[in-house]
Amino acid sequence: MNVHATDPSALLGNLAEALATGAIEVVDLTHTLDQDFPVIVLPPEFGQCARFRMEEVSAYDHRGPAWKWHNFTCSEHTGTHFDAPSHWISGRDVPNGSVDEIPAERFIGPVCVIDCSEGAAADEDFELTPEVIEAWEAEHGRIPAESWVLMRTDWSKRRGAAYLNMREDGAHSPGPTPAAIRLLVDERGIRGFGTETVGTDAGQGSHYTPPYPAHFYLHGAGRYGLQCLNNLDRLPPTGAMLIATPLKIKNGTGSPLRVVALVPGRT
Amino acid sequence: MTDAILPPPKKDPQKRTRTQTLPSGLRSRAALGLTAAAAEGRFMLQVCGECGALQYPPRDACSTCLSTDLPWRDIDPAGELIAETTVRTSTNTYFRERTPWRVGTVRLDAGPSVMCHVHGDAPRGGRVRIINRLDKSGQGVLYALPPEGTPHMEDDPQLREITADPKFRRVLITDARSENAVALAEAFAKAGASIIFIGEPEGWRPYPHRAALEAIPNVQIVPLDVTDTASVTELAGEIGGKTDILVNNARFVRPGGIMDRGDTVFARDEMEVNYLGLMRLAQSFGPAMRGRGADGDNSAAAWVNILSVYAYSNMPAFGAFSASNAAAYSLSQCLRAEMRPGGVRVMNVYTGPTDDAWHQPLPPPKVAPAALARAIVSGLKDGLEDVFVGDVAKDLIERWRAGAKVLEREMSETDGGGA
Repeated sequence: MNVHATDPSALLGNLAEALATGAIEVVDLTHTLDQDFPVIVLPPEFGQCARFRMEEVSAYDHRGPAWKWHNFTCSEHTGTHFDAPSHWISGRDVPNGSVDEIPAERFIGPVCVIDCSEGAAADEDFELTPEVIEAWEAEHGRIPAESWVLMRTDWSKRRGAAYLNMREDGAHSPGPTPAAIRLLVDERGIRGFGTETVGTDAGQGSHYTPPYPAHFYLHGAGRYGLQCLNNLDRLPPTGAMLIATPLKIKNGTGSPLRVVALVPGRT
Repeated sequence: MTDAILPPPKKDPQKRTRTQTLPSGLRSRAALGLTAAAAEGRFMLQVCGECGALQYPPRDACSTCLSTDLPWRDIDPAGELIAETTVRTSTNTYFRERTPWRVGTVRLDAGPSVMCHVHGDAPRGGRVRIINRLDKSGQGVLYALPPEGTPHMEDDPQLREITADPKFRRVLITDARSENAVALAEAFAKAGASIIFIGEPEGWRPYPHRAALEAIPNVQIVPLDVTDTASVTELAGEIGGKTDILVNNARFVRPGGIMDRGDTVFARDEMEVNYLGLMRLAQSFGPAMRGRGADGDNSAAAWVNILSVYAYSNMPAFGAFSASNAAAYSLSQCLRAEMRPGGVRVMNVYTGPTDDAWHQPLPPPKVAPAALARAIVSGLKDGLEDVFVGDVAKDLIERWRAGAKVLEREMSETDGGGA
């Protein structure tokens, strides 16, 4: 395999070969769309995030003898999902702010993974701070512009009530501080930020100024969010390629999607 | 005194489940007035509007003056058992399977002598009181009871045919998260239910009274979300064959009508829970319950819907919620018709505003969870089909019967015309 090929056709050919041989592996970063997967819970007087629901239309029976299919319903923000800029008030006037308007090339890009799993194991309200980012950069190099940054917490391994970790004072789960998000957006120029938790913000994110800083700054600057990601422990800190293509929903503010990453094979 | 029934033995898996047979359901249209009264447990007969003569049996023209103005009135149930016998065999399959069966004649203090079924403790030649109840075919029949309660009288086999007593029965209560769940479970535990399954939606988020539920004897918390077909189907697969009483306690309540909402999001949730939730439960649990109406002392007995009384007439302040309950009310009539061949009663419990977070700004009277639970258990013990719990519901149904259109205009005032 010619790793220095610059001809696009040869590059794609090499990629296809590497995928076939396992030299490049595909990691699924998606949770199964499941009726019991938690969604964000808001005060009940607000509209709520619709749960994933599925109704059988036929199953090789009198309702359709040779075929099985379902109707399903959910929110744009149910399960592993993509947040477009128009999801947040700060991003409502951003050009190309809805999922159908985002140019397709923006859905594929390099990814940096900041491992916060030890911190999150010790402190359920663990904060991603500028110091944590700078320490990561000291080891792995500066975060490149236009890259995705994913915050690994191993939160995806939690099940049931431990996932939202909801108490009387709200949810408790790790997330970024306002300063950390400003560093990533303003100084590093990232394309998007992703988490394993139910949102890009911490469970207690409403108590920052501004509230929900990841949503506020990312979307205000036209950047994207990914949440409810899975298997981030299978990604290298740098060098992987993220593929996250939301459904093309007219004026959609987000979409459930299948997120995958291309990583160097272990063989 | 009546012999107390014992905890039913475990079912012999080699025996075929007995099919429900029914007593005759044929009635004249006039006689259905007795059935309508029995649905609420009222003993009513026709009283001539012109000459005042009390009519028995029901008829189309007064037996005294031939007037056709024969409104139904509540009648003093006291009387004397002047004749009684015990039937040892019958050509009717239903009664043949249930002999010996006591029947008799009661001379009412109000005048007429009536044919009726007779409780085992009703003294021959003595004072009795008449109750009017629905039999297994869903028709009104008269029963003579002893004037006062006797030990274990509710266990009389003839009486148990017309009631849906929770004693030794297995109950499924939907929506553990609802504020009613604890009161309902406590009431069924007190009534002697042998297992109280509580369906818990969304176990991935906490709710305050879970520990209180777990502390109630015989309670088993099981996953169940009435908006999730897969969850309903799965639970019915597990416990559908031993669900004797199902109480659909799941309700989605939000204030608002049409224009002050501006979208259909909550309206869809209301239909998903209040209407389609009932449909899903009925499609999954209905067939097994209908097949077990005659399955011994812990046969399938009743299906309970908790409905807003505003199913009858829309309350605009909760206009979309009312509409979803009107849909559920209509569906409950369909369920009743489909359940009837199996001898399983569908009891609708209608309530006005309940004492919960969604009705918090409304003035009293409101129906507290314990009052709702009491009404449900006593309705089952009485074998009722329609229960109106609390002053608001009782007042509203009276006004609806007096004139639905008049009530509609009254309800369009913000306070529901005093409701």
